[in-house]
Amino acid sequence: MSRLVYELTEAFRIAFAQIRAHKMRSMLTALGIIIGIVAVTLMGTAIRGMDVTFENSLAMLGDDVLYVQKWPWTDPDDWWNYVNRPPILAADARTLNRVIAGTANSLLEVAIPVVSRSSSIKYAGNQVDNVFTAGTNGDYARILTVDFQEGRLFTNTEADTGRPVCVLGFDVAQALFPRGSPVGQSVLIRDQPFRVIGVLAHQGSFLGLFSFDSQALVPLEAFQKYLGGRGRGGELRVKVRDKARMTEAQDELIGAMRRVRGQLPGERDNFSVNAQQAFKQQLDPIEHGIAIAGLFITGLALFVGAIGIMNITFVSVKERTKEIGTRKALGARRRTILLQFLIESASVSLIGGLIGTGFTWGVALALSMALPKLPIEFSSTLVAVGLVVSAGTGIIAGFAPAWGASRLDPVVALRYE
Amino acid sequence: MSAPFAPQTAPRITRPHGPLVIAIENVTKLYQMGAETIHALRGVSLEIFRNEYLAIMGPSGSGKSTLMNMLGCLDTPTAGRYEFTGRNVKAMTDDELADIRNREIGFVFQTFNLLPRATALRNVELPLIYAGMPPPARQERALQALEHVGLGNRVHHKPNELSGGQRQRVAIARALVNHPSIILADEPTGNLDSQTGVEIMALFEELYERGNTLIVVTHEEDVARHSRRIVRLRDGLIESDEPL
Repeated sequence: MSRLVYELTEAFRIAFAQIRAHKMRSMLTALGIIIGIVAVTLMGTAIRGMDVTFENSLAMLGDDVLYVQKWPWTDPDDWWNYVNRPPILAADARTLNRVIAGTANSLLEVAIPVVSRSSSIKYAGNQVDNVFTAGTNGDYARILTVDFQEGRLFTNTEADTGRPVCVLGFDVAQALFPRGSPVGQSVLIRDQPFRVIGVLAHQGSFLGLFSFDSQALVPLEAFQKYLGGRGRGGELRVKVRDKARMTEAQDELIGAMRRVRGQLPGERDNFSVNAQQAFKQQLDPIEHGIAIAGLFITGLALFVGAIGIMNITFVSVKERTKEIGTRKALGARRRTILLQFLIESASVSLIGGLIGTGFTWGVALALSMALPKLPIEFSSTLVAVGLVVSAGTGIIAGFAPAWGASRLDPVVALRYE
Repeated sequence: MSAPFAPQTAPRITRPHGPLVIAIENVTKLYQMGAETIHALRGVSLEIFRNEYLAIMGPSGSGKSTLMNMLGCLDTPTAGRYEFTGRNVKAMTDDELADIRNREIGFVFQTFNLLPRATALRNVELPLIYAGMPPPARQERALQALEHVGLGNRVHHKPNELSGGQRQRVAIARALVNHPSIILADEPTGNLDSQTGVEIMALFEELYERGNTLIVVTHEEDVARHSRRIVRLRDGLIESDEPL
């Protein structure tokens, strides 16, 4: 055991002496690994960033919320079976809540009506178009997955009386009020005046999907009075008590909704119950596809670097054939020689990895400062992965030449000039 | 166990001087060179005892290099018996051969074979690293060996800062450092001027006096004359084996 430790110490000493003796050659070899590691880790930060914003976007849907809607989130082939479904009305929420209240040990907590449409919002000379404007009630606070930057949500009383107040998403507030606080100011939504009572915190988005940043919330009554009309269809968001029992809750909700709709047994549901999970199942393959393709392409750069390492290790073994013979004559085992060359190739590669991850870290830092919106996420895990991958690359690339060196016949090696 | 550095005078008697170190019997070695089979050794028998000073001579192609590689456990015989201090070398694995070279055999090469970027001290320490000796003991032993060959004041010099004779002394210190059973020297003066060669042969004489077992492979009669026994090879066979 101690012998192995001394051999390893000796191998590291030789490796660094070799690198110092061949600075140019070592640098060029390491450069291949540096480029490879920079490519892979940069791709890693991008994938990681994509992952985080994707998770954030999904979290916005709420992992304990079921959506009762006219359409399912999966793409139906038979749209004609859905198109004539009755709209989901705010009144349905009241009925559903009565059914929930009447069910013993219900897995459902509350149903919240949401109606929405796209609208333009104006303040002074500024205007934001295509704002997702939703009308809902005070219970919405229970499923809101983002914090308030300032202000608050309307209460149930404000919602029921239809007070013209609103809550703005981060980006909307930024666009309308570049300076100063929007709270207390009056904005025009579809040319109707609404007083701002709250602004949501910044959330970020994945591929521009659901983000509260570009939304506005108004009381349900006010929406119906000023923006929509009573007959306008919407959706119900139903909060579940225990997110570990989502499937059961979904079954209960389907049953409850059938009662609300007065549907007969055997009749097809005339509504859909959607969950975050379904969305995730659709988006996950896309995300994984991007990750695999990205890592494969950048991995090629690392592969080229590995070939460089292998090549230089072959050269090193050839040059030092006589030294290998001498070491064997003095009692070096196969293992000793194998380790010596593996450590040499791994060291060069690891140095490349260190420089490479350092460079990526700098680039990620600079990019995130210059363009805060870019989804970039540099983590200590990535540093660890970068170093392990570079050392591993060195070991794998160095293996064939090191194995050859360890198998040299000492008689032949000693005679080599 | 003999202690090579202990100040003792070896008894000057004819052989056997001590216990048997090497016994080879009817050893042959074949090489395949393309379609041709070369009989490097055709049946060689030899016994070497502790504290012998032996010269192996012969023209090129006589098989003396092959015999030396065999004695040094760098190579194994095609047929025949080879016992090193009673152990069967023919049956040994590569790693067992490496261990026996490390502990039992000290090599001295014509071209010195020092590691160019390592100091004299680190060169001499190398066999001790492979023997698994901890660093402080290692360094002490290496310093001792360098002092014994008269290089106590050159331990931190690298080979290119030393003369040819000094380099060969470092190599001899490296050969001695693990207290081997035999020291195997291949043309030890071949790359040295005659004056330095004489100094190295005087050092060998001194090592012999201290109780070491020396085997010198050479084609120079002058060098062989320093030994106590000369084995002459011709065409893969022992031609003569006589004490001096």
